[in-house]
Amino acid sequence: MDRAIEVRGLVREFKGGIRAVAGIDLDVATGEIYGFLGPNGAGKSTTVHMLTTLLPPTAGRARVGGHDIVKEGAAVRRTIGAALQEAALDPLLTGREHLKLQLALHGIPRSERDGRTDALLERVGLRLAADRKIGGYSGGMKRRLDLALALAHRPRILFLDEPTTGLDPQSRSALWDEVVRLKRDEGVTVFLTTQYLEEADVLADRVGIIDHGRLVAEGTPAALKAEIGRPTVEAVPTEDTEPGRVEEVFGRFGELQPSTAGVAVRLDGKGDLADIVRALDSASVRVEALHLHAPTLDDVFLAKTGRSLEGSEEPSEPGPE
Amino acid sequence: MTLTSQVLHLARRSVLRTLRQPANWITPLIFPLALMAVNSGGLDAATSLPGFPTDSFISFFLAFPFIQGALFATVNAGVDLARDIQTGFLNRLALTPMQSAALLVGHLGGVIAMGFLQALWYLTVGLAIGVRIEAGVLGAVVIFVLAVMIVLAFGSFGALAALRTGSTEAVHSLFPVFFVFLFISSMNLPRNLIETEWFQIAASLNPVSYLIEAIRSLVIEGWNGEALALGFGVCIGLTIVGLTLSSLSLRGRLART
Repeated sequence: MDRAIEVRGLVREFKGGIRAVAGIDLDVATGEIYGFLGPNGAGKSTTVHMLTTLLPPTAGRARVGGHDIVKEGAAVRRTIGAALQEAALDPLLTGREHLKLQLALHGIPRSERDGRTDALLERVGLRLAADRKIGGYSGGMKRRLDLALALAHRPRILFLDEPTTGLDPQSRSALWDEVVRLKRDEGVTVFLTTQYLEEADVLADRVGIIDHGRLVAEGTPAALKAEIGRPTVEAVPTEDTEPGRVEEVFGRFGELQPSTAGVAVRLDGKGDLADIVRALDSASVRVEALHLHAPTLDDVFLAKTGRSLEGSEEPSEPGPE
Repeated sequence: MTLTSQVLHLARRSVLRTLRQPANWITPLIFPLALMAVNSGGLDAATSLPGFPTDSFISFFLAFPFIQGALFATVNAGVDLARDIQTGFLNRLALTPMQSAALLVGHLGGVIAMGFLQALWYLTVGLAIGVRIEAGVLGAVVIFVLAVMIVLAFGSFGALAALRTGSTEAVHSLFPVFFVFLFISSMNLPRNLIETEWFQIAASLNPVSYLIEAIRSLVIEGWNGEALALGFGVCIGLTIVGLTLSSLSLRGRLART
């Protein structure tokens, strides 16, 4: 595998001995979208800060774009673009002024700056708002400008730290499209941290799940979901149906699961949804609703950590997050 | 991209920010002169004290706006830098090939630009209301230069506070502290006429006294080598200390590898 990012034993400790990142190993292939999934405080942003050279690691090593993050920080920064967790913008500058400053500091020649600025503004849909101060931008507009700034110097590797947090569905979808386009059309490697399962599921070629500063699972979303088990079928009996009769039918297809809505079974391969419908029908058991639940990344998280990712939050990342 | 070019871009941003916050430039232009007007009206009788060096209190007091204006510029600039830290804008800059020194110098460049504007304004108003610069045109130029240097010296401490704390509130809270230094100085009276012993000692230990006296000497005396040497010396000393400590703090704040 041609590696854009290579991490071995990466550790970051903060004052008081708190280990925000407790030894991470991962590889990201060139041109891949890698989803780094975990609850708040799990160590995602600390990892990104280390990989983008903003925070020296306490131990371990990592190479980004072929450069060591400790010994070749400047070379790493030339290779990467980053949109960190908060859209770090100056409310008193306009979008255009931000881009021009960014391009100038990256050493883009003056003759190219105007054209590049216009192209980036067009690309993120901010051409009409280019000369307005950021203070008047919506959250989605700020995020889009943040992305344009990260792309200003045409980086080969892009770090996006929770890029859609707080965005409305439309802005989120637009940003997803742009991330996919970057990978597809420009071959950009994307390291994307998120706490949204759907985001990781839709965008990422591979996902790493982090909890308490450790990588607890890694693989393609499909492989991770397949690894933890089979689908669950859940039935809500009608008022005149004894739940025990549904349990009796479901019990033939797998292990019964706790359910707040009715009766649930995790399929063990002895049949599928159609077989269950036929069995219920032949036993004259009536149900109001029947749901098939395919495993989600939340199920993966639950299986690996014993907790659900949704609503899970760790208070132990004292640094960047 | 050269360090100079980086500094110029960051200084331009600093100036733009200042201009777009009217309170940051209107207050330093108006408030010190208003205080000068009030004090000169109330303390004019001091000129009849035996040994008072001039019969025009407003000429005596003209040095005050330069120092108070520098305090305003310092705090405002410090707050701007602290805000960059709080919002993460500093991280954005850190992710570019920008040299660390460019950030500090560029930021102070904006402070110096504000110092230019202020010094020009105070001198113009002073001359317009009848203050005569005893050291002549060259003296006015020296006042201008010293005033800008004072803004740089104070600005370095504003930057230090911002870099050490990363908090706009903390930088704001320094203003009263700086103000105490201003009031416990020879701002209202020459040190030899201050009768309260502790106050005279405090004013003599206070570096702000020497900055005021250097500017004042050019206005009311002409060329006083000792006052100028002390004023410039204190100013350069403060600048060296402020810039050194700020640079060290910046190194800690920008922990990039």
